[in-house]
Amino acid sequence: MQERTALVRNKLGLHARPAALMVQAAARFKSRIKILKDDQEVDGKSIMGLMTLAAAHGANVRIMAEGDDEIDAANAIVALFETGFGEE
Amino acid sequence: MPDRKTLILQGIAASPGIVIGKAFLMEDEELCLVQKEISKEDAKKEVIRFREAISKTRAEMIATQEKIYKTLGKEYARLSDAYLLILEDPLITRDVIKKIAEGVNAEYALFRILEKVIHSFEMIDDEYFRERKHDIQDVGKKILRHLLGKERRVLADITSESVIVAHNLTPADTISMRENLVKGFTTDIGGRTSHTAIVAQGLEIPAVVGLRNITGQAREGDVIIVDGNQGIVIVNPTAEMLENYRREQEIQLAQIRELEKLRDLPAQTTDSHRVTIAANIDNPEEVKSVLSHGAEGIGLYRTEFLYFNRSTLPTEDEHYENYRRVAQKMLPYSVIIRTIDLGGDKLSHLGLEGITVENNPFLGLRAIRLCLKYPSIFKTQLRGILRASAEGRIRLMYPMISGIYELRAANKILEETKDELRREGKKFDENIEVGAMIEVPSAALTADLIAREADFLSIGTNDLIQYTLAVDRVNENVASLYEPLHLAILRLLKTVVDASHNAGKWVGMCGEMAADTNFTMVLVGIGLNEFSVSPAQVPKIKKIIRNISLLEAKALVTEILNSTEREVIIQKIKRREFKGTNI
Repeated sequence: MQERTALVRNKLGLHARPAALMVQAAARFKSRIKILKDDQEVDGKSIMGLMTLAAAHGANVRIMAEGDDEIDAANAIVALFETGFGEE
Repeated sequence: MPDRKTLILQGIAASPGIVIGKAFLMEDEELCLVQKEISKEDAKKEVIRFREAISKTRAEMIATQEKIYKTLGKEYARLSDAYLLILEDPLITRDVIKKIAEGVNAEYALFRILEKVIHSFEMIDDEYFRERKHDIQDVGKKILRHLLGKERRVLADITSESVIVAHNLTPADTISMRENLVKGFTTDIGGRTSHTAIVAQGLEIPAVVGLRNITGQAREGDVIIVDGNQGIVIVNPTAEMLENYRREQEIQLAQIRELEKLRDLPAQTTDSHRVTIAANIDNPEEVKSVLSHGAEGIGLYRTEFLYFNRSTLPTEDEHYENYRRVAQKMLPYSVIIRTIDLGGDKLSHLGLEGITVENNPFLGLRAIRLCLKYPSIFKTQLRGILRASAEGRIRLMYPMISGIYELRAANKILEETKDELRREGKKFDENIEVGAMIEVPSAALTADLIAREADFLSIGTNDLIQYTLAVDRVNENVASLYEPLHLAILRLLKTVVDASHNAGKWVGMCGEMAADTNFTMVLVGIGLNEFSVSPAQVPKIKKIIRNISLLEAKALVTEILNSTEREVIIQKIKRREFKGTNI
């Protein structure tokens, strides 16, 4: 299992569009992906779950991936956070 | 229950009376559904049905997305990616299916899962994120609409006496409701002649419409007072308000008993001018109420109910049965059956080909126009009506006739249908009378021609007023311009009545105007022969007629037709009406 941490860098936080990008990215991997914020844990492939995290600008999240392609999966998700989902 | 704030809301009085009851909220209409247990065997079918609804929803969303892409550009289209992803969310594709497999219906499984998600959205502090719950609800409703085949039927699920709180009520809602449990209607939108109002009057339950946002202000189970006389709704009333209204209710019951005494007396003016007061009905169940209120026949039997809540067209036998039953119970009085008055959009799910979405359905393919385009549907209904005419006093009426050619075209199909029945040796009334509804201004202005070839005319004021004044009666922004006393309307009514009498034919009125006691004297003065109103209004209209003379009614008409000031007309009518009801 891979575990990483990431920071929400984009101004609007993990709203619908970034959540959509993350779900699309996660869907490319077989691994189970979980995103955790505070005491909340959601399925990284569920857009509704991701949005209920309400991860605002500056929030810290943990990413957990488990499966055959867990390393690639974790890296891909972290990369999205680091580029601010291509937003400001 | 914690104390909730008392709210007094002003809307439009749509059906008289007072009722106190508990709120049944239809706000998230498609989302509040009843749980049905299903067997393991059926669960498999249910999963397939759910998957089909998902794929239909996806197809619908992709089509919308393409439209957005073309008109607004790529950025906007990407926003709707989120919707598609919600649809593919494991919470839906995995959890809902798991829930169905446990043995519940798809609608309920979806509702339970989404309810949980929506609840977590509601817990979010950040307003922007919290508001995303609407996207989830939107998607949920889209799926549900496909599951239900477009029709919501929540009213069928009421289990205890309730006051309905809805954004709006459609014929599809009201047709399947359990009438004995529905005590009153309150809606966000609508006017005095909206469907909600008409149904409430038929059921004799109070209704207040046009409350703007009662669905957002009342909660399930709140105590609600519906004052259909003043158009007031009180949510969570104080003890004092409750007591006042209970007293008011008793006074009204006493008045109703008073009116019942009028039941067996003729509708006749003090100078012995006789008119007929008939009733409008939406379904066969209302016959009871028609007879108990002393109506002399049915002046409008709306047949649309036969087409709702189903996936096939009604058969000839269904038509026949529903008409025969009513006609037999109404003997010796007559029943005027109106052929379907629906738009193509209401029938598209029944497999009609060539039906397209119209920008302006009120000016589109509906009523007699639809029947002339699809003669087989029309003939099925005509055969049912004709066969029933052998067993009661039935008259036939076409809606939305816009001129003499339409009447002739409809009559041609009627004659063909009669020939068919003759060849088959089936009995019908060879002298069945055929009338035209006058509800389009072009028909009103050429009523002289139509009256020559029809056996009677019946004025449908709801549409006639809308079309003449160019006012959509359910659009709150312009509803106040809907004015039955507009001089244009009074002149048109006079034109139609005179034309009919000149041709030696009688003329009735089945719109809301006929049921409004403010207008009774004017309508008698114009020369209307028949009033067709909701059953509860029958004794009220009769009481006025029994207290006025034809002479003074005619004088009033002369006076107001010569007034150019709207206020003067209204003043005059109100003054007379006051005098009439207090004798």
